[in-house]
Amino acid sequence: MAYRASTGRQSFAFADLKELMAKASPLRSGDVLAGLAAASMEERMAARLALADMPLKAFMAEALVPYEEDEVTRLIVDTHDAAAFAPVASLTVGEFRDWLCSDAATSATLAVLAPGLTPEMAAAVSKLMRNQDLILVARKCSVVTRFRNTIGLPGTMAVRLQPNHPTDDAAGILASTVDGLLYGCGDAVIGVNPASDSLPVIGDLLRLLDALRERFEIPTQSCVLTHVTSTISLIEQGAPVDLVFQSVAGTQAANASFGVTLSLLREGLEAGRSLRRGTVGENLMYFETGQGSALSACAHHGVDQQTIEARAYAVCRAFSPLLVNTVVGFIGPEYLYDGKQIVRAGLEDHFCGKLLGLPMGCDICYTNHAEADQDDMDTLLTLLGAAGVNFIMGVPGADDIMLNYQSTSFHDQLYIREVLGLKRAPEFEAWLQRMEITDAGGRLSGGQGGQALLAAMQDKAA
Amino acid sequence: MSGDDTPVTLAGRWAQLAALTPARIGLGRAGASLPTREVLRFGLAHAQARDAVHERLRPDDLAAEFAAQGRETLQVESAAPSREAYLRRPDLGRALSEESRIGLAAHSGSFDLAIVIGDGLSATAIHRNAGPLLAALLPPLQARSLTLAPVVIATQARVALGDEVGEVLGARLVAMLIGERPGLSSPDSLGVYLTFAPRRGLTDEARNCISNIRPGGLGYEEAAARMTWLAGEALRRGLSGVGLKDESASAPALTTVVAPS
Repeated sequence: MAYRASTGRQSFAFADLKELMAKASPLRSGDVLAGLAAASMEERMAARLALADMPLKAFMAEALVPYEEDEVTRLIVDTHDAAAFAPVASLTVGEFRDWLCSDAATSATLAVLAPGLTPEMAAAVSKLMRNQDLILVARKCSVVTRFRNTIGLPGTMAVRLQPNHPTDDAAGILASTVDGLLYGCGDAVIGVNPASDSLPVIGDLLRLLDALRERFEIPTQSCVLTHVTSTISLIEQGAPVDLVFQSVAGTQAANASFGVTLSLLREGLEAGRSLRRGTVGENLMYFETGQGSALSACAHHGVDQQTIEARAYAVCRAFSPLLVNTVVGFIGPEYLYDGKQIVRAGLEDHFCGKLLGLPMGCDICYTNHAEADQDDMDTLLTLLGAAGVNFIMGVPGADDIMLNYQSTSFHDQLYIREVLGLKRAPEFEAWLQRMEITDAGGRLSGGQGGQALLAAMQDKAA
Repeated sequence: MSGDDTPVTLAGRWAQLAALTPARIGLGRAGASLPTREVLRFGLAHAQARDAVHERLRPDDLAAEFAAQGRETLQVESAAPSREAYLRRPDLGRALSEESRIGLAAHSGSFDLAIVIGDGLSATAIHRNAGPLLAALLPPLQARSLTLAPVVIATQARVALGDEVGEVLGARLVAMLIGERPGLSSPDSLGVYLTFAPRRGLTDEARNCISNIRPGGLGYEEAAARMTWLAGEALRRGLSGVGLKDESASAPALTTVVAPS
């Protein structure tokens, strides 16, 4: 079905819904690379004018990626909750934005609405929203998940401690881990990206982190971020697996390029749950996503990268994850060119994920070939802190020496806690106080805390 | 500055443990923030990495360096007309310019191996490491009596450009030496990609990679030994990529790929 809009002096036509969505999308290099972006600023606004008048119901009638060809579309359509959708079913996309910004949209109503929304609806409304709208509405969405602690409570923000090492050296990883714990990081997960894909190496890393956690009774979870098939094998071999990790994307073909299907993810979830290692809940999937991955795999079906990214959240949603992390600036400037595009994408992803009911975190990051720097990361961190992001990364000095990119640091999370008064997961906060790493107010206690942890490292170094 | 204003170091004895990893740990803090010295150290590293991305390859200097080693070189350009186009359009960096393709075709022949040197995302890596690596690599390759094509120097190049160069030259195997995506702690890392039966349209699974070649990473002699082993096996077995595992004695099981594919 074709769509038209007039800007008063010129009229524009859009062949179908996916073209309308792509041309309404804020400018980013990935859509230009794919040949999907609006040709002019005026065409972009014309697309938004037309999109604002579209009924939300239109997204139920016209699939952007064909149902017959794509299991993600089938998942979205087949699990759509019509009853939850009913309260907003009569709205246009523009009216939906107004409603989301209004007092009628409370934390409670948004939580009930989430299963009634499709990723395409979330992406569509985000394209009509300014950055402040994305922050305002995301802040109203509360998504709380649990494994060994409670993540996502209002007024809290967790941190994934990311102690990567270029050769998976155990002492090096432990040194970064202890450093991070002493800065009060690690409540989201202590998660290592291994350099190796060897199962024995990954098994050793899992045992290393689990032994540390057990020894100090840290109320958190660990993860070695490897392919789900490797994690399933390690579970079968008896390795101490807390979280099951996988990168996912918004189309079946893009997921195939990652070597995953929905049924494989289901196997991963069941394998993880069979261990019954969660103490306060059983959310145990850890997903990572990021705009551009589908285009990178030539699997985008002519759909813009932000909408495809939102579809990845439908994949995540089916598996009740503990953590969903959009790794926003990792993939490079051919998808998000500069700081402005990275900031916008981070806010969009966080908003869309939260609106769909997901525990969204963000790897606020960039590569050295992008037009971005640490100032841009400070901006996005501050905005996402205000938006109520569930978790961020904690990388030593913001410099990931294994993956060669820059993220947020142990110090950065202290900064945002200081400015916005954000607390940690309550169980972890209590542990830090018991260890005398932090004081009763949650601030670092200034040099005397955590002596036992340091002593453990001395043993290792000796 | 003194007293309460002095940046607090987490613990004195912590410093010695920071030696366990090249990661930025044990940095201390000023309140919640980084101490000034680390803010500046980080800023300098980022500046060096950014400069590495935007440094222009100096093909004439490289050609002179190789001429001094008695090695003939050819120069080509990708279809990306500028650094900005290169960064925004990976597809252009994977294809030869029309002029370069025509020029290169005049040198077509029958070769066992074509070596291509491409700037990738760090001309700095090439300027520092390509000469010494080639000096380490050529003797063992020549000892195997391999027929080598002239060394090709390519600007605004991505990994896959090597495949087209190898195809046009008529090489059975191509080795692409390319500047990797600069990390903050490694702005000069060089990667090598080997493709058997190179041709346009191949992807990463058709290639073998040796990464992180630089003075602080994988040394030239070791990299040359692994390349020689892989080249010999690729030619003997008639394949490269996922079907050819690096079984040379010293190969670490690294999977990180950071070159501009």
